[in-house]
Amino acid sequence: MLNLNQRDTGTFLFVIIIAVLAPFIMNPFPTDSAMAQFNAGYPDLMQRFVIFGIFAIGFNILFGLTGYLSFGHAAFLGVGSYAAVWMFKLLSYNIVPALFLSVIIAGIFSLFIGFLCLRRSGIYFSILTLAFAQMSFAIAYSVLSNPKFNLTNGETGLQVYADDIQLFQVENLTTPHLFGWTMNTTYELTLSAWDFQFNVGYYVSACVMLFMFYISIRIFRSPFGLMLRAVKTNQTRLNYTGVNTRPHTLAAFVISGMYAGLAGGLLASMDPLAGAERMQWTASGEVVLMTILGGAGTLLGPLLGAGFIKYFENILSKINDNVLHAWFQYLPEWLENSLVWVLHWFTGKGWHLTLGLLFMIIVIFLPGGLMDGANRIREALRGRKAKKNLQTPVE
Amino acid sequence: MSILEVQNVNKSFGGLKALQNVNLKVEEGTIHAIIGPNGAGKSTLLNCFVGKLVPDTGSVIFDGQSLLQKKPHEINQMGVSRVFQTPEIFTDLTVFENVMIPCFAKRDGSFERNAWKPVTNESEIRDRAEQMLIDVNMIEKRDMIASSLSRGDKRRLEMAMCLSQSPKLLLLDEPTAGMARADTESTIELLKEIQDRLQITMAIIEHDMGVVFSLAQKISVLAQGTVIAEDLPDAIRSNSKVKEAYLGTAAED
Repeated sequence: MLNLNQRDTGTFLFVIIIAVLAPFIMNPFPTDSAMAQFNAGYPDLMQRFVIFGIFAIGFNILFGLTGYLSFGHAAFLGVGSYAAVWMFKLLSYNIVPALFLSVIIAGIFSLFIGFLCLRRSGIYFSILTLAFAQMSFAIAYSVLSNPKFNLTNGETGLQVYADDIQLFQVENLTTPHLFGWTMNTTYELTLSAWDFQFNVGYYVSACVMLFMFYISIRIFRSPFGLMLRAVKTNQTRLNYTGVNTRPHTLAAFVISGMYAGLAGGLLASMDPLAGAERMQWTASGEVVLMTILGGAGTLLGPLLGAGFIKYFENILSKINDNVLHAWFQYLPEWLENSLVWVLHWFTGKGWHLTLGLLFMIIVIFLPGGLMDGANRIREALRGRKAKKNLQTPVE
Repeated sequence: MSILEVQNVNKSFGGLKALQNVNLKVEEGTIHAIIGPNGAGKSTLLNCFVGKLVPDTGSVIFDGQSLLQKKPHEINQMGVSRVFQTPEIFTDLTVFENVMIPCFAKRDGSFERNAWKPVTNESEIRDRAEQMLIDVNMIEKRDMIASSLSRGDKRRLEMAMCLSQSPKLLLLDEPTAGMARADTESTIELLKEIQDRLQITMAIIEHDMGVVFSLAQKISVLAQGTVIAEDLPDAIRSNSKVKEAYLGTAAED
């Protein structure tokens, strides 16, 4: 199907089904039950799953295939967001021109940064990208937001005001929309105790994600993708084989930058606001974590990693001390208090600690990330040991 | 006709003169060996052919074009392939993918533009790669990850990768270094067979005299950065200067 081999078709269909049914799958617990706080089927979080999925899929084309670890991809995400909001301000709330400009601007930006950073490899490349991203952050945060020339609106963040130009604005559409279909429209479906939400923004983002996922599969399986994997393995041999590695890595860098720009544009389309903090190094680090956690160099890994991290970020951080006390109230008071005291460090504001521990466990025991774990389970179920040297050929 | 012509090449690193006025001609269709004791400048010379080093003075002409200031990938695209002392292959990829990469590089040039059409549809490249693996007797290992190959197989794979590009000149940097006797012999056989079948010009840098005399049609001897002799193997064997260079003093026998 779609010129994919059987296995990739299976993977793609799997992702399509998950994406379409996500409002059900993410919402396994009845609304009134105590477990309802573990539900992830609300629009805001589901949008984040797929948007950061796009970000990670793109990052994986650079990091997973060529092995060049960029620590500055959030800069492209931020640039994409700013570009989108500017389109809202100048043209209208229609997201099509916004997304279009996000991708173009992020592409130009990554071409420039990539051209400079790719002169080095390894740790020097990572540090250079980090430096550029932090520079972009500083520029967005202060330099480009002075009264004479206000491109980013600094600390407040760029947003749409009533007196903006909005050349093609339609009267009653005052939030981002796709030809009249507003992103924040949510249809609800109540089935006995369950409450399912179908959000336009989510489905638009999911469609974009599926399209980008398909493109990434095609890149992975193409001769160009093969060259990128060769870059990761042995650049010397590749050079002496008549291949100029620089344009390949630069192309991969720009492609992943455009993915990041698209993700940024989508973020702004869901909530028309762009702030500089989106470009900060923590955001760059997050996409690295997502990719490694899910499995760098695999097709599904980045999507899994993005979902995993966004889920923990949103769900764990909601569990504050009051919630914990409610959970353990049936226990003797001293036990309740000590349990809450321990868990306090791992939930609520301390969710990063849990994430860090999970990350450590996964990297130590599953070097190939969650996909590695999934493969091991599959192998175990089939009842044969994974042979290290005879992995299924990737092509 | 000589395919590679080296004229008056000098190269020094700081105060060390690695190459001094080196002159060399590799004739088309022959196996030309460059031998010499440790530190004679053999590898430096080879690196001047492939674009890794640039000679301080002198010229390196390949097939009528200068190789100076050219990058390794440009030199390869001109028709020079190189086999390394320790096999350089794509260890994370399968044997088959390893051979497909040089085929793509040969057909599509130094930048691969095709990021859309799957590799599985490239029947022309796949046939070529398969044929190369059959030629070096490795077809049954096509789906193995290259890092799991034995050293001898890695060498054969590297050779298949170089030959898949039908190079005009194949450079070999101590192809049998560190090999067991049996592997060395099978490598010599492989090289001889390639020569007979494809008439590829080879320049081979070697340490092992046995290998050199059983392979080369012409030998250049390097010592302390200069060519002290260039002749047919039999003449080199009896050359007193060569014996001196190898043994330190004039041979006593």
